[in-house]
Amino acid sequence: MHNIKINRGLNISLNGMAVLQTADSSTSTHYAVKPSDFVGLIPKLAVKVGFPVKAGTILFNDKQNPDIKFTSPVSGVVSAIERGDKRKILSVVVEAASTQEYESFAISDPSKMSRADIVSNLLVSGAWTHIKQRPYGTLANPNATPKSIFISIFDSAPLGVDYHYVLANEADMFQKGIDVLKQLTTGKVHVGFDASKTLPDGLKNLKNVEITAYSGKHPAGLVGTHINQLDPINKGDVVWQVQPQDVLVIGRLFAKGHYDVSKTVALVGSEVERPQYYKTKQGALLSSVVGGKIKGQNVRYISGNVLTGTMLELNAYLSAYHEMISVIPEGNHYQFFGWITPNFHKFSMSKTYFSWLMPNKSYTLDTNINGGHRAYVVTGQYEKVVPLDIYPVELIKACITNDIDRMEQLGIYEVLEEDFALCDFVCTSKQETQAILRQGLDLMIKEVG
Amino acid sequence: MKVIRNILDGMKPHVQKGGKFHKFHAMYDAAETLFFVPNKVTYKGAHIRDAVDLKRNMFMVVIALVPALLFGMWNTGYQYHLSIGQSASLFDNFLHGFLAVLPIIIVSYVVGLGIEIIFAQMRGHEVNEGYFVTGVLIPLIIPVDTPLWMVALAVIFAVIIGKEVFGGTGMNIFNPALVARAFLFFAYPSQMSGDKIWIDGLTQGQGIVDGFSGATPLAKLAAGEPGSVLSAYDMFMGWIPGSIGETSTLAILIGALFLLFTGVASWRVMLSVFVGGAAMGLLMNAFAVNTYMEIPFYYHFLMGGFAFGAVFMATDPVTASQTATGKIIYGFLIGVMAVLIRVLNPAYPEGMMLAILLLNTFAPLIDYYVIGANVSKRLKRVKA
Repeated sequence: MHNIKINRGLNISLNGMAVLQTADSSTSTHYAVKPSDFVGLIPKLAVKVGFPVKAGTILFNDKQNPDIKFTSPVSGVVSAIERGDKRKILSVVVEAASTQEYESFAISDPSKMSRADIVSNLLVSGAWTHIKQRPYGTLANPNATPKSIFISIFDSAPLGVDYHYVLANEADMFQKGIDVLKQLTTGKVHVGFDASKTLPDGLKNLKNVEITAYSGKHPAGLVGTHINQLDPINKGDVVWQVQPQDVLVIGRLFAKGHYDVSKTVALVGSEVERPQYYKTKQGALLSSVVGGKIKGQNVRYISGNVLTGTMLELNAYLSAYHEMISVIPEGNHYQFFGWITPNFHKFSMSKTYFSWLMPNKSYTLDTNINGGHRAYVVTGQYEKVVPLDIYPVELIKACITNDIDRMEQLGIYEVLEEDFALCDFVCTSKQETQAILRQGLDLMIKEVG
Repeated sequence: MKVIRNILDGMKPHVQKGGKFHKFHAMYDAAETLFFVPNKVTYKGAHIRDAVDLKRNMFMVVIALVPALLFGMWNTGYQYHLSIGQSASLFDNFLHGFLAVLPIIIVSYVVGLGIEIIFAQMRGHEVNEGYFVTGVLIPLIIPVDTPLWMVALAVIFAVIIGKEVFGGTGMNIFNPALVARAFLFFAYPSQMSGDKIWIDGLTQGQGIVDGFSGATPLAKLAAGEPGSVLSAYDMFMGWIPGSIGETSTLAILIGALFLLFTGVASWRVMLSVFVGGAAMGLLMNAFAVNTYMEIPFYYHFLMGGFAFGAVFMATDPVTASQTATGKIIYGFLIGVMAVLIRVLNPAYPEGMMLAILLLNTFAPLIDYYVIGANVSKRLKRVKA
């Protein structure tokens, strides 16, 4: 095991860190699968309203790659297919039955299975959708073989999940999931963890895996950072990434024969009465987790962390891949001479505020943009928070100008939005770098594939 | 603050689209965002944002300019009283200078911001804060006796040709304040040089007492009278003739410390300008054939606009190189060119302005090669 120190980055210390306690969330009456959680997905429905389903029964598949199936997180009845503009499918909603039934899939030892059997078991159960690929951050392509697979149990983002706590009692399933993934790659399965904490006993002796400790500020915990350090993506390379609790989903599938999307999510943020962990399932109603646990009135609910998450209404559903819910105050108010006053309660990477004098202080930050959109003026900011061997501003400019060659030259294959999330945060000109990068990635998918 | 908010809210419907005074919306926005940070919230990307914005960033530069500005005002009065052979109190010197410099600042801001607002209105943008800094830089780098109409003309040229034709703040190739200075220098060469323009009132024919010379150290050196060059101490403190804000290296250093401390200006650029200047100065010493080439290298930092240019002009993030390595090369070459032009080109006593403008042109090229190295490293990885 080796130790890698990440020198650049930024920790944003927010109020509302989850205490290490887990409770059951209240029962969610409905669960949903949202096609918008998956990059570029065009769903092809396999069910109609009123169809009875079990956990693991197909709801829809990927039109471009029909082998990829999206299955129900719970058993019950399809209660709604919500559509938006141009009849785009927003979510397929299942009303949960009181007792849960599972479709049964093969229970077997992955080390004795052929790669093709493992792939088909993952595909038919829906567990395949828990694997993301780089470049582009799309669903993994079943016909591709990744040169390596990366898992990070170090969430360095603001109010990040403590995976050492969450996974402490799940080591068996985590190992099982890794065993499965190991069969899918020609290279290594990498697990990165937080060097400042000791690994829980169960995770110390993981097999089939290359464990690396990372120290440093955010984004030291992102797989993008890990990939860049250990096995950078070149043109034509494919690398997969899996969220820690999605590894458990895969592990349970092979250990128990069930598609079980149970998750422990962290409910965090300054507006949460008592930030802690809750047991729930992917696709549950947000209100089942946060209902009655919020202090403020004017708040924003975010599925995921405050840098990369998705804004949700209280009656919406938890997104795939997200393992936390952040609740922060909305910032829709004016600040009198806010740009000139000292503002000790504000946080900034720059030394134009006083937050650098109080490195141990936690902040309550709201959603105000804190300024107006401008052309690029200040330079050298993004470089401070992107610890990759990449020129971030140049890459963003290549995305703005739709210059495919330049994007390729500057390393677009190596990055996803999350790697640039801190650029959004620090930008003095308030540029939307994640959105711009996604445009560039989408163009690459279309033109290069 | 409630009162101001109410007034602004009352005006808002009229300047919004469809309102009677929509053509003034850019002006309204500028005023509104001056008083209040807007209530806009994030709707995509990161949900929280850093507290810093361009206004605060630019304001830090203005703060950093205050020592040079205040000293410049005092020195204007001091030089004036010297020229007429009177001694005056600190306050009288400052007051005289204040009254001489204030009109230039007002002209600079009124004309410059007027043009900015018109362009913002035409483009449907918000008024950019860039002129915040340019507006005070221009008065500081021109001689105090520059007629106000020339100031106005230079500002118009700088803002339109130097900035807006490229698309506004952030898009310009040349530092707008230096474009204004260069405009004055090349359009009115006879008025902009000599030994009268630097002292308030001298061009209008006010009397000079015997023994007073309004010539700047650089002009004396260029004219081959090194014997009369002032002491390093006088030049460091800045009670010498020169452009309004450029004379006191001490005041500029205070500003420099503030800029470096807040991280608003790049230490790479600033440091490498001085290193470049020192390197070229020492090289000149090594091959010295005349007295100008023999002067100690640090004299270059104390004379003319070298320090001011290194601290406030070369570090302009828009026109400098943008990569870390590029910044070092860019700064170094500015220092080298400034000293080279000063010492070896008799036509231009001051080389800093031209050195920075020249390197502004080359900044994108420097970046191109620096980024090119990263690109070829990536290509090599594919082949390996």
